[in-house]
Amino acid sequence: MKQVITLKVNGQDHEVEIKTHRTLLEVLRETLGLMGTHEGCNRGDCGACTVLVDGDAVNSCLMLAVEAEGKDILTIEGMGKEARLHPLQQAFIDYSAFQCGYCTPGILLSAKAMLDKNPHPTVEEIKEGISGHLCRCTGYTRIVRAIQSVAEKGR
Amino acid sequence: MSVILNLRRLPEFTYLAPKTLSEASNLLQKYQGKAKLLAGGTDLLVRMKERWVVPEYVISLNKIGDLDYIRHDEKEGLRLGALATHQTVANSSLIKEKYRLLAEACGKIAHPQVRNRGTVGGNLCNACPSADTAPPLLALEAQLKLVSSNGEKLVPLSEFMSGPFTTILKEGEILTEIQVPDLPPRAAGKYLWLSKITEIDETLVGAAVLMTVSSDGICQQVRIGLGSVDQTPIRAAKAEALLQGHKVSPKLINEAARQAAGETKPRSRPEYRREMTEVLVRRSLTQVVKELD
Repeated sequence: MKQVITLKVNGQDHEVEIKTHRTLLEVLRETLGLMGTHEGCNRGDCGACTVLVDGDAVNSCLMLAVEAEGKDILTIEGMGKEARLHPLQQAFIDYSAFQCGYCTPGILLSAKAMLDKNPHPTVEEIKEGISGHLCRCTGYTRIVRAIQSVAEKGR
Repeated sequence: MSVILNLRRLPEFTYLAPKTLSEASNLLQKYQGKAKLLAGGTDLLVRMKERWVVPEYVISLNKIGDLDYIRHDEKEGLRLGALATHQTVANSSLIKEKYRLLAEACGKIAHPQVRNRGTVGGNLCNACPSADTAPPLLALEAQLKLVSSNGEKLVPLSEFMSGPFTTILKEGEILTEIQVPDLPPRAAGKYLWLSKITEIDETLVGAAVLMTVSSDGICQQVRIGLGSVDQTPIRAAKAEALLQGHKVSPKLINEAARQAAGETKPRSRPEYRREMTEVLVRRSLTQVVKELD
């Protein structure tokens, strides 16, 4: 069953005709060409597909694209540009908080959602905030430190 | 429930997004046996990807509106819209203040991304024996409002789940609201759990306790909800009877905890689950009593 929907992604409206069984993850990557959102487990366990919907982190692999109509979607492409990185992105570079980078966009977005609501989280709160992400490379320590460094600025 | 398939794409279906409850109920009735309701999708979409369910029609509840409220007054108690997400319940200052054990349970389900979409109603209707919302709501003696084209009815949560992943929902019935009575002043509750060590940390044993104690230490009322230790979440009625009307002491708490463990019929890892039931019931009773002092 096909449907024409308008998705607002990174502040821009996109009118697309898609089959209703396609997930937001599939449409972001395959229809809109935004490849920064990654498919890991495809079942809401790993967090690689995380995007922000109306400011909240969600697994885009568990959301139908048709259900995302009328919502504000933020992907990693909308978080910062090479010329103007988000402070979290800069912190991840400064603290070497990524290796292969597969989990990284999702974690950055979850961290952004967390800091937007709670600008100065404790380490425990940071760990809880990224608990929906699996990283096989880094062991998480530098990720937490990077987020902490942004959280502690402006105290 | 072990994974039989993990396919990347969902099966195709006709997507319906009714604007009213009666429209949804009529569609559900019309497509009996061929339709599934969609709330947060964090259970349904996984089961569809695994091909455990392959509905021809997916009826979304998300365009109906005003099904995700959290309301309270002294007369009616707590009224929770079925589409309230786990995260909004976990964050709700009202629930943290008055029904803390429910906020504790909702706050530990899976992880933030799932909690931002998953709903209390969906969690109950999925009826996993380890569903975290169930033990606290059982201890709170929740009633569920089921709506269909034939009208509305109230069903106690204790009668709602009939087996693993099975509810008594009839064709065309939609869970719209969870009702919890107002609590007396000297009541306290707690939810404790042990996790399986997996990506989403499903509950291995969950114990929810709600107790009212008089000023001279007599247990006026106690309710113990247990999850993941039987075919469905259960109440430990015999353990409750041991405590009710008696002066609470560590010895009595130990007895009640032992009794609660004996009331379990775990579907797997029975010895460990029974032992952990005793530990968690003992700990939660002790913590609640301490809080009431």
